[in-house]
Amino acid sequence: MSHYKMHLLVCAGTGCHSSESDLVYEMLHDEVERKGLSNDVQVIRTGCFGFCEKGPIVKVLPDNTFYTEVKPGDAQEIIDEHVIKGRKVERLLYLDPETNEHVLDSKHMGFYKKQLRVALRNCGTIDPENIDESIARDAYMALGKVITEMTPRETIELIKRSGLRGRGGAGFPTGLKWEITSKNHGDRKYVVCNADEGDPGAFMDRSILEGDPHSVLEAMAICGYCIGASEGLIYIRAEYPLAIRRLRIAISQAQSYGLLGENIFGSDFSFNIKLRYGAGAFVCGEETALIHSMEGLRGEPTNKPPFPAERGYLGKPTCVNNVETFANIPVIVLKGAEWFASIGTEKSKGTKVFALAGKINNVGLIEVPMGITLREIIYEIGGGVKEGKKFKAVQTGGPSGGCLTEKHLDTPIDYESLMAAGSMMGSGGMIVLDEDDCMVSVAKFYLDFIVEESCGKCAPCRIGSKRLYETLDRITLGKGEQEDIEILKNLGMVMKDTALCGLGQTAPNPVLSTLDNFKEEYLEHVNEKKCRSGQCRDLLYYVILEEECTGCMACTRVCPTHAIIGERRNPHVINQEVCIKCGACMEKCQFDAISLQKDYPREVQLTTNNELTV
Amino acid sequence: MSQKVIITPEAFEYMEKVTGTDGVEVRVNLPKEIIEQINEICDSFDNDPGELINVLHEAQNRFGYLPAEVQDMVAHNLHIPVAQVYGVVTFYSYFSMIPKGEHPISICVGTACYVRGAERVLEEFIKELGIKVGETTPDGRFSINCLRCVGACGLAPVVLVGDKVYGRVSPDGVKQIIAEYSS
Ligand SMILES: Cc1cc2nc3c(=O)[nH]c(=O)nc-3n(C[C@H](O)[C@H](O)[C@H](O)COP(=O)(O)O)c2cc1C
Ligand code: SF4
Ligand code: SF4
Ligand code: SF4
Ligand code: FES
Ligand code: FES
Repeated sequence: MSHYKMHLLVCAGTGCHSSESDLVYEMLHDEVERKGLSNDVQVIRTGCFGFCEKGPIVKVLPDNTFYTEVKPGDAQEIIDEHVIKGRKVERLLYLDPETNEHVLDSKHMGFYKKQLRVALRNCGTIDPENIDESIARDAYMALGKVITEMTPRETIELIKRSGLRGRGGAGFPTGLKWEITSKNHGDRKYVVCNADEGDPGAFMDRSILEGDPHSVLEAMAICGYCIGASEGLIYIRAEYPLAIRRLRIAISQAQSYGLLGENIFGSDFSFNIKLRYGAGAFVCGEETALIHSMEGLRGEPTNKPPFPAERGYLGKPTCVNNVETFANIPVIVLKGAEWFASIGTEKSKGTKVFALAGKINNVGLIEVPMGITLREIIYEIGGGVKEGKKFKAVQTGGPSGGCLTEKHLDTPIDYESLMAAGSMMGSGGMIVLDEDDCMVSVAKFYLDFIVEESCGKCAPCRIGSKRLYETLDRITLGKGEQEDIEILKNLGMVMKDTALCGLGQTAPNPVLSTLDNFKEEYLEHVNEKKCRSGQCRDLLYYVILEEECTGCMACTRVCPTHAIIGERRNPHVINQEVCIKCGACMEKCQFDAISLQKDYPREVQLTTNNELTV
Repeated sequence: MSQKVIITPEAFEYMEKVTGTDGVEVRVNLPKEIIEQINEICDSFDNDPGELINVLHEAQNRFGYLPAEVQDMVAHNLHIPVAQVYGVVTFYSYFSMIPKGEHPISICVGTACYVRGAERVLEEFIKELGIKVGETTPDGRFSINCLRCVGACGLAPVVLVGDKVYGRVSPDGVKQIIAEYSS
């Protein structure tokens, strides 16, 4: 990246790719050539910048100009104005929603100010398909250092001292896992990278693999050196074609440079990496299921112990780590354990990547130091709740997690505090919910997912999650009873205690946590047949507004259940007991006299009852 | 998802002749070219049963889906019971035993899309095309599938038609998307 005067970085992450960023790249590239600037200006495709909400993104170096929502047609103007004349294209700059001013460079964007990029250090700065750029940013230096200057023991000690914990969910200390695996005997051992990322709505690991694949490959080799393995496997979802392609390219480039393969750095250490593909099963993220899946079997979990560290892939000691966990390793080796341990809280060191999504202004990928508060994430980085609505909750940890509410806004986020709040770190999905979201429906959404993804091996999860789902479904349909709330609680506790694997043990979390924090919403659904968010359609009521109704009778003629009663030229009423909420009447009424209301129209119903009985 | 296997006399001719990667004769109701392709795929993975999932991925890439006969052939070549192959195919949602439509429509129902209204979009597709999730229209043009997070959450709700991504889809926009492919 040296002899060019200017670099145009075009995001080629999945988000921007979906809105034609490759065309933007081509147009910029052609324009640079046409203007004869190819020696001074370099156009490259990078991984995700994190600011996917406003993609496609084009960043200009060295001045850090951050263009958002760039269309292929904008390429010429960027080259003519910015590159040639040095004037930034104002209309493409990020518009700060608070000050309503264009922000001149990324350093001044609220989105980036509180972020600290460790695992994502290279995402959005290098071309992931060109190993030279990674090497220019120190890729494989850590591997070199470890192999030539350190023993496996020393390296493991270093990782232990850094305090790094697994980013795949449970937060097990990484150094300790490596130590255990290194001590277990086996004629062969394996390093496995868990890139299954099944949490729906999370894309941290994918972005790392797409934006900086070498950091993961390097870390796997370091792990192999430490535990005594010469083979690594990456288990990646087949739904990630771009990440797969970049990994394949990265592996072959690393091999051709001798950074992977036999006798790396002239030592007697050899390490090779292969890809294994998942095929759309959430449970395969669980490490024992993942191992079975890699063996070509159904991805059903088995009891632990034995842990993979004792008996894993093909029965050999296996170290399974998450993508983001690996991405942290090379920096720790280069910058030292103490540096890493200086970031974060007492028990949770370093940073965490979150996929911020839902009802938030800046949807995207963020990396923040552990210990940051939810308020900082939502209001400073995330730019607040969409459309100025009221914040309601944040769902973390996906289908295994729970929600944090207003009262948790100022709690520092780390493994322990999330646990204490009834949620968990999970892999890092963070879904923001606002007043329009019904918490019972959210819980139902996750249970629906679990029912579909439960492998069915053990009864508590197979039957329990189905029963939980049905109960939630009843409640959202307005057929819930008081005792359903007890059923949810008891069943949830039983599942937690008795399910075989983590999937079933954590499946009740979304229910239990919403029950804890939003009990009144559950009760409203059950007792008043009311959904305050208006999301449960069966709990909305078609009501005729007396003042607006002209008594034209158009609605009575279309109502399939004859639910509407009234005399010609007199206001009509809808009998809620008969109405099936088809909406036909509302469509027909020319006077906007029919409205949808959240409260059960008790009084109106009483009158209709009287009229009916007369 | 049972499949009826109809053996035509012509196919039976082939069945007498074809052999698997191990040179042993098999009886499968498939044209010779297809069998050769399956053999080639299995060979490329050394007929290793541990590579079953990779083999199936490759086969689905080629044929678009995994009919019972293809599973028979794979089982034969990898020396494992057909039940195991079938068990794997039905376990993983990525594998399909029915052909997808010419324009496969996938609606993202990941959490980010869900909270931004994916459900209504899905309902609209179901209504417009008159098929359920996992089905293909009788004319073979469209099929509907759900998937969880394509990683374009910033564009939620997201719909894929083939490889083309549609972002911020509203229920009202569904007709237009279908119309694009209907000519
Ligand atoms: C149902 C379930 C799904 C999981 N999904 C993932 C996943 O998608 N990615 C991941 O890295 N870990 C996942 N895990 C955690 C893994 O089992 C394992 O703990 C992790 O990969 C270990 O790596 P780490 O120590 O680096 O976090 C899942 C666990 C369960 C119970
Ligand atoms: S808890 Fe669920 S996913 Fe885990 S083994 Fe039991 S049935 Fe399968
Ligand atoms: S169509 Fe509208 S105005 Fe006419 S009777 Fe019905 S509610 Fe009243
Ligand atoms: S919503 Fe349908 S069933 Fe209910 S009153 Fe209107 S037309 Fe009748
Ligand atoms: S995909 Fe471009 S910023 Fe995330
Ligand atoms: S949840 Fe739909 S793209 Fe991520």
